[in-house]
Amino acid sequence: MINLYPGNAQEILRPAKPGFIVLSLGLALVINCLPWSGWALWLRPDFVALLLLFWCIHQPRKTGFTFAWCLGLMMDVSEGSLLGQHALAYTLITYFGIVLHRRVPQFSMASQMIHILPLLLFNDLMVLAIRMGSGSAFPGYGYFVGSLIATLLWPTVSYLLKLPQRPFIDPDQD
Amino acid sequence: MEHTPPPFFKTGPSALTRLISFSLLSVVLLVSDAHYAYLETLRQVSNVLLSPLERLVHAPSVMWDAMSTWLTTVDSLRQSNAVLLQENRLSRAQNQKTMALELENRQLRSLLMLRQKVSQNLVTAEILYAMRDPFSRRVILDKGREQKMQAGAAVMDALGVVGQITRIYSDLSEVTLITDKGQLVPVLNARNGLRSIVAGTGVGNVLELQFVPLNADVQKGDALVTSGIDGIYPAGLPVAEVLAVLQNPAQLFMTVICRPLAGVDHYGQVYVVEPNPVPLPARPTEAKKPALSRAHNLPGKVR
Repeated sequence: MINLYPGNAQEILRPAKPGFIVLSLGLALVINCLPWSGWALWLRPDFVALLLLFWCIHQPRKTGFTFAWCLGLMMDVSEGSLLGQHALAYTLITYFGIVLHRRVPQFSMASQMIHILPLLLFNDLMVLAIRMGSGSAFPGYGYFVGSLIATLLWPTVSYLLKLPQRPFIDPDQD
Repeated sequence: MEHTPPPFFKTGPSALTRLISFSLLSVVLLVSDAHYAYLETLRQVSNVLLSPLERLVHAPSVMWDAMSTWLTTVDSLRQSNAVLLQENRLSRAQNQKTMALELENRQLRSLLMLRQKVSQNLVTAEILYAMRDPFSRRVILDKGREQKMQAGAAVMDALGVVGQITRIYSDLSEVTLITDKGQLVPVLNARNGLRSIVAGTGVGNVLELQFVPLNADVQKGDALVTSGIDGIYPAGLPVAEVLAVLQNPAQLFMTVICRPLAGVDHYGQVYVVEPNPVPLPARPTEAKKPALSRAHNLPGKVR
């Protein structure tokens, strides 16, 4: 299985800069807003949800509900869908991320992915429930594929987002 | 992982409190957006904030398109020019015939003292991109309020009706395609004049005729054109073709599966039909028939 940190589940990192958190989530929003269409839309992982989960788990005191909610609102506007559907879904996954923030980092990458998948599926399910409640047609089970792909991206995303927090080790010192 | 000291004081409301308050806020937004039109200003403002981002994100594909048109060969241009010239000649000939027929029609109508048909202007627009909402079928056009687009206008391509403008932004407008679930177009069977309503199903490129009695005369291959009785779609635009008629005596109505004639899922140029300049006469007020109220606000679902 994938384990980027054999031996110890957690390493000591420097605190993330708030600017970096905002920048990464803004970038995720841009990627979500790319002109995905056709089958690519089905495969598209929800990067905003994925990064939101990452930051809620790793920096729970620096990621707020307000920010998550605003990101959700922006997603709704850019999709032209019902206002509030992503806002609600992102609020809920932010809560679960914060609740699980002490638990998830203790595990190996593979086990972390097992924690992330249900949360992302829950995110999809919320949006699905809201839309079907408001009279839209069921888009098919392919709708959930994006979350599976997002889960597979979790190790890469957490590796990349932890890079700036790695303490700089000078090999000449000692 | 956390390097701040444990927050004994001033932690603010607990996560659960925040969850509940933000969820309530979202639910209020959802309900008011779904049932009332209060939030259009909020949507417009956030769209203005987001539109530079959208432009930035779409810039590579726009540049790619520009590059590929730049790099077409002389040969292909010559070929397409020949085809277009041929088509132009043909449609000019047809146009003359149509103009003569229109004149004749107008004279006949004035002889019979019928209402004159009004001709409606077409405005060309281009489909920029499809909305990324997997639950609905909508596209964005490159013209909006600044270009005098109006919500409710019909959108068509060279072959037939594509959809209807349902939301207007300052320089963009959103078109709901006729294949979107619940999008209705009042139609007429061109073979026998039977009136009906065609509705999108939201599944594939399929439309369905609604509320057709079991004994109605609908056959495979029938052409459906807009009836024009709604006052929004001009009469006589081709909409769909009947693919299959399924009669199940256990049900009240037949299932009529249709295929849209226009390239609904294609990109490119479309024509926006300017809404009727002369509105239909007002509805008589004395009509006291109950249970017809749903049928009255039929055409489309303008939000």
